Amino acid sequence: MTDIGLGHYLTLGAVIFTIGVIGIFLNRKNIIVILMSIELILLAVNINLVSFSIYLNDLSGQIFTLFILTVAAAEAAIGLAIIVVYYRNSGTIRVEEIDKLKG
Amino acid sequence: MSNLELVFPEIFLSLSIMFLLILGVFKKNSSKLIQNLSLIILLIIAVITFNETLGIEETLLFNGSIIIDYLSSFMKIVTLLAAFLVLIISSNYLRTFKIFKIEYQILILSSVLGMMIMISSNDLIVFYMGLELQSLALYVLATFNRDQLKSSEAGLKYFVLSALSSGLLLYGCSLIYGFTGSTNFNLIATQLNSNEYALTFGIVFILVGLAFKISAVPFHMWAPDVYEGSPTPVTLFFTMVPKVAALTVFIRFLYVPFLNLIDQWQMILVFLSIASMLFGAIAAIGQTNLKRLIAYSSISHIGYSLAGLATGSNEGIQSSIIYITIYILMNLGFFSCLLMMKRNNEYHENIEDLSGLSKNHPLLSLSLLVILFSLAGIPPLAGFFAKFYIFKSVIEQSMYFLAIVGLLSTVVAAFYYLRIIKIMYFDKEKEKYDTDHSLWLKFSLTASTLLILIYFVFPSQLIKVVSKINII
Repeated sequence: MTDIGLGHYLTLGAVIFTIGVIGIFLNRKNIIVILMSIELILLAVNINLVSFSIYLNDLSGQIFTLFILTVAAAEAAIGLAIIVVYYRNSGTIRVEEIDKLKG
Repeated sequence: MSNLELVFPEIFLSLSIMFLLILGVFKKNSSKLIQNLSLIILLIIAVITFNETLGIEETLLFNGSIIIDYLSSFMKIVTLLAAFLVLIISSNYLRTFKIFKIEYQILILSSVLGMMIMISSNDLIVFYMGLELQSLALYVLATFNRDQLKSSEAGLKYFVLSALSSGLLLYGCSLIYGFTGSTNFNLIATQLNSNEYALTFGIVFILVGLAFKISAVPFHMWAPDVYEGSPTPVTLFFTMVPKVAALTVFIRFLYVPFLNLIDQWQMILVFLSIASMLFGAIAAIGQTNLKRLIAYSSISHIGYSLAGLATGSNEGIQSSIIYITIYILMNLGFFSCLLMMKRNNEYHENIEDLSGLSKNHPLLSLSLLVILFSLAGIPPLAGFFAKFYIFKSVIEQSMYFLAIVGLLSTVVAAFYYLRIIKIMYFDKEKEKYDTDHSLWLKFSLTASTLLILIYFVFPSQLIKVVSKINII
């Protein structure tokens, strides 16, 4: 049995972060998946911050996490509202059909 | 907490936002009242901030997480005045599209609050909270014309890319926190160990996030779409105000905690600056929409102000602050012209709509001519001096390559500005535009044109103010 140390948590954070970023760029289907990817990125940051905070024995990392959680909730709410507005106007939320603006 | 009065502007602004929100909910048809109240509030805050600047030393508040100094006060005043002018010239446009609602003013006020917090931040947490407060308000502003497909698409794109950039920035914050053990900028500076690769990663992630916010190449792809789709006054707001705040954070973040790592971030900034200058100049050539064109032009202007930051000297910082101030002035004039191109309750924003403007509207086209010459950097207009200071400070640090690329891209950029002037003066004339503009629209156009014109008479005034900003 190996002990689970800081490195493991950071690796987990890095992996989830990468999945989130790749999810945004490779996703060709649905805007909701992009919202989920953004949420994944923020959660990866939270894992990082909490594990650093325990490792450093310093509370401010956990406080930062609480702030990020709150902001993530607000961001998701606004994002969903914008998606609803967009759907009302165009009738679709497929990523490849969002191309009215280009030049 | 004897210095609490130094954050009085922020406290006052947040209380007034809540008050205006309640007032707007309970009083029917109150958008005009709220518009006037928010204008007064912005002015009051600008005056208070100005009063504070007279004779303040650098002061740290709330355990060093907020800093009030000359830089923060100057940038706050610029932000507040720019927001004031945006609000005051946007009402006619909003009325035409029937979106003159209380939310507009309140959202602008809350994004200004976020920017003021960003400008004064001296701590990663405070900085992040300010950034999110301004971005959340800006997402909604971009979507403000919500029955229009273009506007909602602009909001959607801005939301996705901006949220991604916040995520990258936060990941950088977490790395920096983990490897220095603190979120405070001053404490980070003392804990710095330049051998940590993770720190460099953290700086890179934060720089990427900030570059997204100021739309520097290669993180610019949202800007043309969002600028084209958003309502014109919101586009004006996007091109001016968030860039001031993000530039201040750039200065604070790079020059307070990471000054000793200048070798590691200087090359990144030089790259961002060169790429933005060149790309902004070249990509704008093929554009037909004026708002898209100004998006590319703003990308290239941001490149110049980043060139000032890349020098790593006080003169460089001062020159890029002067640059952004003059850039705001020119943008204000340009968008005032754009808001005047209205015929039969319809706003025109394509380049060919300008054709033959000089025959019907000689004064409007004359001021547009001055503004475009200034954007292109032709002496003796203000835009020339802005570029001159940047090149001077860049050459003083012997970064010749950056200066040469900057000069070349000025030449390229001059092409599309001059093309607009050619269309305006030598092409066939079209129908007349309406001339019943609001007094404030005329005022902002005249004021910005005159300031651009006569800047060379007293260039030392702005320099005298800005030269008090000493970061290093």
